[in-house]
Amino acid sequence: MNITLSHFSAAVVFAVFASIVFGITQRNTTMEQVKYGLYCFAMFVGGVFVAGWVMALIRR
Amino acid sequence: MAKSTTDKARNAAFVREPEYPVTTMAVVAPIVGWLIPGAGHLLLKRYGRGLLIMLSVVAMFAIGLGMQGRIYKPNGGDILDILGFVGDVGAGVLYFLARMQGWGDLMAANAAADYGKTFLIVAGLLNYIAAADAHHIALGKKP
Repeated sequence: MNITLSHFSAAVVFAVFASIVFGITQRNTTMEQVKYGLYCFAMFVGGVFVAGWVMALIRR
Repeated sequence: MAKSTTDKARNAAFVREPEYPVTTMAVVAPIVGWLIPGAGHLLLKRYGRGLLIMLSVVAMFAIGLGMQGRIYKPNGGDILDILGFVGDVGAGVLYFLARMQGWGDLMAANAAADYGKTFLIVAGLLNYIAAADAHHIALGKKP
């Protein structure tokens, strides 16, 4: 089995699974868990975009 | 004013945290959860949470192997290698299965393999968090 993922798709897959576990383990009620999971996912993916833009600006 | 502050401090010292007696389940659940990702929650009848944790950890581990990530062996060398082993072994039975089957032995030098190595380590670290969560649920600290 050989999986080939781009940097971005690997980051999104990482964010999905890490957010699920963070949501479940860091909050108590189901609604809080869903909200926190979505928040973590948004932060992960947002962080990827921010880091990408910072690197692009540094490269110029 | 000063007296009131002193009283508050004194009262705070007497506020006792609720006690959570350590039960057999509080010991067994995190160990089972470490060995089989999500099984600690399943044991505590948190089926939805357990299955989601199992899916996440197993999927991350499988994707890490699929990306030709490296599995760390027990070592006493570089600190990063030691920490890599500590992270990997967090995946419990998945780690031992991978070692027995010789998965993750190759040393591919490309970016995907580097991401794969990170996936493997993080799968283990997430499973440690899940095992600690199972412990808190078994103690009654968390619903």
